Amino acid sequence: MEFLVSDNSYKKDKNIISGSGWLLVHALLVFAFLYLPIAILILYSFNGEGVGGFPPHHLTLDWYRILFADAPIWDSVLNSLQVALTAMAIAIGFGVPAALALDRAQFPGKALFRRLVLLPLILPGIITGLSLLMLFNLTGTKLSLLTIILGHGTALISVATTEVFAGLQKLDRSQEEASLDLGANYWQTFWRITVPNLKLPIIGAALLIFTLSMDEIAVSFFLIGRDNTLPLEIWGRLRRGITPEINAVSTIIFLFSLVAIVLWYRLRVRSEGSADMGSEIVQTAEGHAI
Amino acid sequence: MFSRAYKAAVTLPPLVWVTLFLLTPYLLMFCYSFWSVSPSQNIVHSWNLDNYRELARVNVYWQTLLRSMWIAARVTLFSLLLGYPLAYFLSFYAGKNKDLLYQLVIIPLWVSYLVRAYAWKTILGSDGVLNTLLQYVHLTRHPLEFLLYSPFAVVLTLTHIYTPFAFLPIYAALEHIPRNLMEASHDLGATPAQTFWKVIFPLSIPGVVAGATFAFVLSLGDFLAPLLLGGPSGIMISNIVVSLFGAAYNWPLGAAISLCMLLLVVSLLFLSERLEKKWSFS
Repeated sequence: MEFLVSDNSYKKDKNIISGSGWLLVHALLVFAFLYLPIAILILYSFNGEGVGGFPPHHLTLDWYRILFADAPIWDSVLNSLQVALTAMAIAIGFGVPAALALDRAQFPGKALFRRLVLLPLILPGIITGLSLLMLFNLTGTKLSLLTIILGHGTALISVATTEVFAGLQKLDRSQEEASLDLGANYWQTFWRITVPNLKLPIIGAALLIFTLSMDEIAVSFFLIGRDNTLPLEIWGRLRRGITPEINAVSTIIFLFSLVAIVLWYRLRVRSEGSADMGSEIVQTAEGHAI
Repeated sequence: MFSRAYKAAVTLPPLVWVTLFLLTPYLLMFCYSFWSVSPSQNIVHSWNLDNYRELARVNVYWQTLLRSMWIAARVTLFSLLLGYPLAYFLSFYAGKNKDLLYQLVIIPLWVSYLVRAYAWKTILGSDGVLNTLLQYVHLTRHPLEFLLYSPFAVVLTLTHIYTPFAFLPIYAALEHIPRNLMEASHDLGATPAQTFWKVIFPLSIPGVVAGATFAFVLSLGDFLAPLLLGGPSGIMISNIVVSLFGAAYNWPLGAAISLCMLLLVVSLLFLSERLEKKWSFS
């Protein structure tokens, strides 16, 4: 209560801190800087005259029509889905046990293990991609979608681990204890008590991993075989020149990202009563969550 | 309460996986950096320091690394200049709209890196949106060529991408400052400026350090924005590595540069962790 009161009086007396006018202007400018490029991108996906060229005119859906008839793009979308879903399974499959290990087990090299798991998120993708490329080269592994899956799966374990570890901190161990006391074995306890209690962090992590994998390009860039993922297909076209078709596909990607954000947001609100996905990412990458 | 078998079952699989696909590749990068390429384009596993000597000897590597650090430093500075006041505004003035505005800062973070870099390319090109707009309103007669394919374009695009990253930890730090501290400062006669510089800013330093580390490290290693928007004068260190692993075919030398980058990044993370601890007040 005391905190609330002081909070209110502080709001009445804004002279304690300074400068709300220029801060508002600054905030509006930053938002414009963040959103204008995206808005322009979307606008020009409907522009009959192509990319660039002010003012836009001849609004049309032609670029979307061309896009939907473009077989290589859709092949790459299927490849990306395949990569993202498999990488998600790997990252969750190893990330959840890793979180349990960090929470519950003591073993030599634990500190190094923790840092290693988290490193790929803050490390520039080129280092993760190249080091894996050297491994595959030395072992004679042919580059394919599989090598991309291994790259994404490994790099994104960090996301699953931090999310689930944060969930474990809030978990009351007495339920697991009761289950074990009542004669359930560890396997049963894991599936019937631990996993259901961690359902929301796991789903949240899976969603985040899926989105990050669908977008990933720096690691994939080095591990690509014959088949392109969607970002690499777009990249290849960008190198040849820009066409409004890319605006159209970018607009669709943007819409899907929005759907993912809304889903994540609702999940967060349900699990914690508040949503803070941004600091989650930063904490994950900085390794503060663990 | 958890048996040894349980602990082993949750520890071993991720430990083995991480050793195989993270630790081993990093160690391999270390090994490669001491190997060499034979005239017949084979990688020779003979250990020597030639790659590091080459790095010390040839100016272009140092110059490019310095230029990359200079680009990353500018991106960091601009991201902080954009992110800090925004975080400050949201934390202290946004009132009821705080959550909504916060989400609005986060959304671009989720939008594909490639999509956003591409958007800037369509804006900055010589027949791009900005140049045609300037000509349309008769501000310029010819397209401004310096906009695209320049370090300027790279810094602008990376600032756009990393501003939300810089914003987040700063905002988190500001949110954690007890509001009655400011009141106390005011009651004791501090001016608003003094309250900011003596109370708020020092308490937000851990957030600033975290945000700066983020922006600097990630933009330092970027190679896609320079390829897409940088032109010859915007080449960064990672672009040299990419070409050494591609057409120039000298993996060991590329590995040596990558390893230097890795060490640089890890020491920056270490430093930033120390700084954050030093300045945190809890």
